[in-house]
Amino acid sequence: MPDHMIQLVELTKSYPGQSEPAVDALTLDIPEGEIVVFVGPSGCGKTTTMKLINRLIEPTSGRILLNGADVTGSDPDELRRGIGYAIQQTGLFPHRTVAENIATVPKLLKWGTERVRARVDELLTMVGLDPAEYRGRYPKQLSGGQQQRVGVARALAADPPVLLMDEPFGAIDPLTRETLQNELLRIQREIRKTIVFVTHDIDEAVKIGDRIAIFSEHGRVAQYDTPEKVLSEPADEFVADFIGAGASVKRLSLTRVADAAVATDWPTVQRGEQPRESDREFLLVLDEGRAVEWLPRRDGRGGLPVLNAVGPDHTLYDALNAMLTNNSDVVVVTDAEGTYRGTLDMPAIQDLIHADDTTSVPRRATKGEVR
Amino acid sequence: MSTATRPSAPAVPEAARATRYLRIFGTPVALLGVVAALYLYVDAQDLDRIEQRSLNAEYLVSRAVQHLSLSAVVVVLILAVAIPLGIVLTRPWARKAAGPVLTLANIGQATPTFGLIVLFAVVFMTWGVHTIAIVAFWLYGILPVLRNTMVGLEQVDRSVVESARGMGMSRARALISVELPLAVPVMLAGIRTALVVTVGTVALATFVGAGGLGDVINNGIISSRDTVLLTGSVLVAVLALFIDWLAGLVEDLFRPKGV
Ligand SMILES: Nc1ncnc2c1ncn2[C@@H]1O[C@H](COP(=O)(O)OP(=O)(O)OP(=O)(O)O)[C@@H](O)[C@H]1O
Ligand SMILES: [Mg+2]
Repeated sequence: MPDHMIQLVELTKSYPGQSEPAVDALTLDIPEGEIVVFVGPSGCGKTTTMKLINRLIEPTSGRILLNGADVTGSDPDELRRGIGYAIQQTGLFPHRTVAENIATVPKLLKWGTERVRARVDELLTMVGLDPAEYRGRYPKQLSGGQQQRVGVARALAADPPVLLMDEPFGAIDPLTRETLQNELLRIQREIRKTIVFVTHDIDEAVKIGDRIAIFSEHGRVAQYDTPEKVLSEPADEFVADFIGAGASVKRLSLTRVADAAVATDWPTVQRGEQPRESDREFLLVLDEGRAVEWLPRRDGRGGLPVLNAVGPDHTLYDALNAMLTNNSDVVVVTDAEGTYRGTLDMPAIQDLIHADDTTSVPRRATKGEVR
Repeated sequence: MSTATRPSAPAVPEAARATRYLRIFGTPVALLGVVAALYLYVDAQDLDRIEQRSLNAEYLVSRAVQHLSLSAVVVVLILAVAIPLGIVLTRPWARKAAGPVLTLANIGQATPTFGLIVLFAVVFMTWGVHTIAIVAFWLYGILPVLRNTMVGLEQVDRSVVESARGMGMSRARALISVELPLAVPVMLAGIRTALVVTVGTVALATFVGAGGLGDVINNGIISSRDTVLLTGSVLVAVLALFIDWLAGLVEDLFRPKGV
């Protein structure tokens, strides 16, 4: 069993003047070093739960354990300096420069000037902003995406073990949002924090989360599980509805090509060499290790260029997308440098999707048929 | 901040820069011009004995100094009360009191100052003329500072304050290093109004015998000497405009960068 960084025990919050509690007897264990995503409809108590954890809101009843210790009675200001906090509206101080914003908690912790400066530059680099260019800017001189990056850097400033992020990428265009998600995952691979991440968006939850807590209402958790389990075995109708259509397609984005079994038996031929005999309709032409051309076995037709090859960081979703785009049932897989590694075809993807699925009907072996 | 780290913000349009220079240098030049014209006009008059008693440098300077020191005391008292009060009234635990206090301050300002000062003179005869004048003008000028302090603090983005608290700033720290700096522009606008209003209303101090440039105006009225009346009025107006100009410079200076 993994160590639990945050434990919520029968946590309840009733706002004065409201008949029903916003969070009702919530019990949840959040393991160390994982990203737990709170997802659910508006008003279900996600933000309230976050603010209970860093005690911006005091619970009506229940307990919060941080690293095993009950923090319900500790000094809230002290507690918060050890918990990074990033929110959708960024909350950046408009009258302070980027560097000053990031330095907020280190200054509260009375770090030396030199240490603070070094840390600010380190963090700016980590979130992909050139320190020389950005440290002296004011928040309003940044784009929304850049402000979010600074918000994340500020939350990480004093290297807190726990990070709370409330819809940090909520107000950002889909493309930038995806970039920021990828960068958060990259950063997390280095820093291994315990992160609680709130979102409305089930796709974001599936992509970001090691575990997903699906809130139904009043801070009640309908299902708390890995993304795979949530998608393949929704606990109830509410969860199924919330995931919506296309759960199978969503699951494709959970597996990276690097983790999939890549077929290496496709017949290949080095450029300029005589084609071997094979039973496939096309041969792959390799040139200095790269796949460059699909060559028809029968003479008389010209080759087709290799398009939309997928790398190890692409997901099976990307691979499927590449097949559909190419109007083909197979896609070339390369390593990070673009060197040919093998191929991935439609049946392989189907196998992966249904690997732990006992209910699926036997598939006809016809190549490329999608059910 | 060096220009190199600035983003490619659009250049300040020429017109805006011209207005800015006009504001900084135009006002004092114009005011000097008015005072010079007044001097030349008065100098060209044949002043009788009664006029001479008011229109001499020594008398005018002494009244101006009285006027300014009375205004200064009033404004300091206004700031000392209205700013802390405004801060307190925007704290969650005291927000209920905000309505009644603002109503009181509104009454203070809505009452005609002249009536207020005379009323005070009658009711609090034992206080002494200066105290009466100071309290009356204080009541009158408190509203703009109080209201702007409250508005200034309330318009600060809640998410900014919340993230300050969320990062472990104490209430006091968040107030001092986040809320107040962000409220400063609005607060300064209120302070500027209070300054101008006070310098104007202190002209009424003469009616309780507390001196100031109002004396000159009053002398002109009771002796029916228009030159004296004109001089007093113009000097009060020039003084008020000069203070407004000074306050404007301070406002520019204290506006936080990046806002
Ligand atoms: N300060 C408050 N005072 C009173 N009620 C509140 C307060 N904050 C939130 N609530 C109520 O508590 C419930 C949960 O709110 P919360 O902000 O936690 O929802 P959420 O899941 O974060 O929603 P969203 O996805 O829209 O951000 C809502 O019904 C809301 O109206
Ligand atoms: Mg919320």
